[in-house]
Amino acid sequence: MLKEIRVLKSHGRQYIKNLRTQPVSGLFRGRPVISGEITTSEIDSVSSLCPVMAIDKKSGSIDLGRCVFCKECSFAIPEKIRFTNDYRIASNTRESLIIKPGSESPVRLNENMVRKEIKKLFRGALKLRQVSAGGDNSCELELNATGNVNFDFGRYGIEFVASPRHADGIVVTGPITENMAEALQICYDSIPEPKIIILAGTDAISGGIFSNSPALNRKFVEEHHIDLYVPGNPAHPLTYINGVMDMLGIQ
Amino acid sequence: MMEGMKYIEIVQNPGKVAVSDIPLLDYASFMKQTEELLKKSSCHCLNYFMHRSGKQLIFYILIANDDSHKILVYSHSQPADLMSLESITRYCFPMHIFEREISENTGISFSGHPWLKPLRYPHDRSDKSTAISDYPFYKIESEETHEVGVGPIHAGIIEPGHFRFLCHGEKVLHLEIQLGYQHRGVEKLFLEKKSLLQQSVLSESIAGDTAIGHGLAFAQLAEILSDIIPDERLEIERTIALEMERMAVHIGDTAALCGDVAYQLGQSACEALRTIVINTTQDWCGNRVGKGLVRAGGTNYPLIRDIIDHIRERLSETNRRFLETTDLIFNNSGLLTRFENTGVVSQNRAHLVGAVGMAARTCGINRDIRNSHPFQAYRNMDYTPAKLEHGDVFARALIRKIEVELSFSVINSLFDKLAGLPEKRINKPDYLLEYKPCMMGVSLVEGWRGEICHVAITDIDGNIEHYKIKDPSMHNWMALALAVRNQEISDFPICNKSFDLSYCGNDL
Repeated sequence: MLKEIRVLKSHGRQYIKNLRTQPVSGLFRGRPVISGEITTSEIDSVSSLCPVMAIDKKSGSIDLGRCVFCKECSFAIPEKIRFTNDYRIASNTRESLIIKPGSESPVRLNENMVRKEIKKLFRGALKLRQVSAGGDNSCELELNATGNVNFDFGRYGIEFVASPRHADGIVVTGPITENMAEALQICYDSIPEPKIIILAGTDAISGGIFSNSPALNRKFVEEHHIDLYVPGNPAHPLTYINGVMDMLGIQ
Repeated sequence: MMEGMKYIEIVQNPGKVAVSDIPLLDYASFMKQTEELLKKSSCHCLNYFMHRSGKQLIFYILIANDDSHKILVYSHSQPADLMSLESITRYCFPMHIFEREISENTGISFSGHPWLKPLRYPHDRSDKSTAISDYPFYKIESEETHEVGVGPIHAGIIEPGHFRFLCHGEKVLHLEIQLGYQHRGVEKLFLEKKSLLQQSVLSESIAGDTAIGHGLAFAQLAEILSDIIPDERLEIERTIALEMERMAVHIGDTAALCGDVAYQLGQSACEALRTIVINTTQDWCGNRVGKGLVRAGGTNYPLIRDIIDHIRERLSETNRRFLETTDLIFNNSGLLTRFENTGVVSQNRAHLVGAVGMAARTCGINRDIRNSHPFQAYRNMDYTPAKLEHGDVFARALIRKIEVELSFSVINSLFDKLAGLPEKRINKPDYLLEYKPCMMGVSLVEGWRGEICHVAITDIDGNIEHYKIKDPSMHNWMALALAVRNQEISDFPICNKSFDLSYCGNDL
């Protein structure tokens, strides 16, 4: 009994009080800021350096849906590109994941694009089924972490369930392999309407480093409406949590 | 060299040889030599794969000799229209998985192999008429038995794979594991992605829970192929990173094992401790799983005084609390009842399947690359691996506790060593390295699961023309299948968790 008490005492209070404002390491690679002064030759050099073609050759903007957050562009020209530790980078439109030179504004959801029924039905409780379709198990670890003693996303009634028939939506990780394409579709079909789709991690959003592999089948993403994109490599638990809260309109 | 044998020795890890120096044996001698070598308990096969070179098929084998600390390489060559070969598996069972892989990729049949069951249904497999949804499995015809099919999607947030239990009542007679759902074509992508940065990012995504392990295996390989010798400081930092990854995952797995037997205090306490370790990794390099931390030729995140102090403080707090918590866990009789004598893998069976890493070390097999083929800072360290005998869930849980303590003490001694070195700026990563042409490079890393093996062959222009990856899981999945035989099906979750194998590492 005494031993238990000792462990509990060391354990202390673990949960993060405010999931909106929790500080993370200054080194965390979140939303990038690109200087408006970036030159054409600098854009040329970093866009050819980028391992996943996330930097647009013309405009120099960075697509967070493609970015693997290796930060090499920033190491190459630190005075022109820097990665802030702003983890709130999830959005419901693909366009808002594109960070333009000169822009310091945060990534936010487009409120008007959130389907009416999502807020109405799921704000009080949201049950999700997770499917890993070629995920490398880093996003899966982070999604698991959203329910652990630290992040405790369950406090909002938002959690993962075992059966798609108990779920209100699906969270996909991984670039979606040919060998998982059918299982993913079957799982999605088993979820009752209305249902949402969340893509977690760069691999799921664009295929990431695997994007041109012939072993993928990304029909699922092309054919369905995506309700939330959660960038990251892997997506940080707080990126996911804040994205889902924004989508549901939780303050 | 042993008498009458023909092979070339790679004396260091990572190491390389000129492809032209690798002895070519006729198939009969190849088989005989392989059988002779693998008879010794000190030798095991690191990799065996086929490389298409013009009109010839070259089969390379790499064997680790733990006593001499060397890697033995030799090959045999066959015409491109080859249909069938005699199986080596008949004489040394651990080869079964490699022959299955070669057969699936090339269509070559191995006569006498017990079952050339497809390994992962790769996109470029030889027989496209087969599909993963229709995989073959072992059947028992009986009115008293039934099958339980699970997957590819499982109940939790985990990777996909198909498990088919053949049961008699609650008892599992056989577990059939079919993988391949995670196949992303990683090995081929290593040839297509020409930039070293792309290859580095790719290596970290082979298995994201082992980003540092696989990232290091690639970085070592890139360096040896380019004749780069990493700085001593850099080697120490990488070794610290690798041991931190081991600590984090082992603590996380301890939490999950407690969770599977509904021991909530152990689960919560360990979850929180894992968080400390991965957040500390994030404080070091900006990523919780350590992506971006290991790079060839240098680092973007050299350890500076403040971060060293921070890591030391966080890890000693973690270690103290982990000891406190495991003292509870391993004295909880309810938990011990579930763990002890559950999912036993005998030493003989572990040898047969070629088990590596923790799975081998819990069956009394001393197999640890840190000790047998030391790399990075382990070269200057006398690392003695933990070894247990029972091969049950309890042993696989306990070895994690022991290894966390070992990792912690290794990290501490490395920090001390670092403090004794002269202050020096470590290079930035070098993405312009040029690989030497016509070489075979080999890199071994003891990741938290076990032995990671990366092999690359370069062409005359120094481009990678063959890349071969072996995650420890490739061997150990079979150990899991054997562990659950004659067990209650309800014990599967703890058996599975006690191995915690990689799906994407196997599927590539």
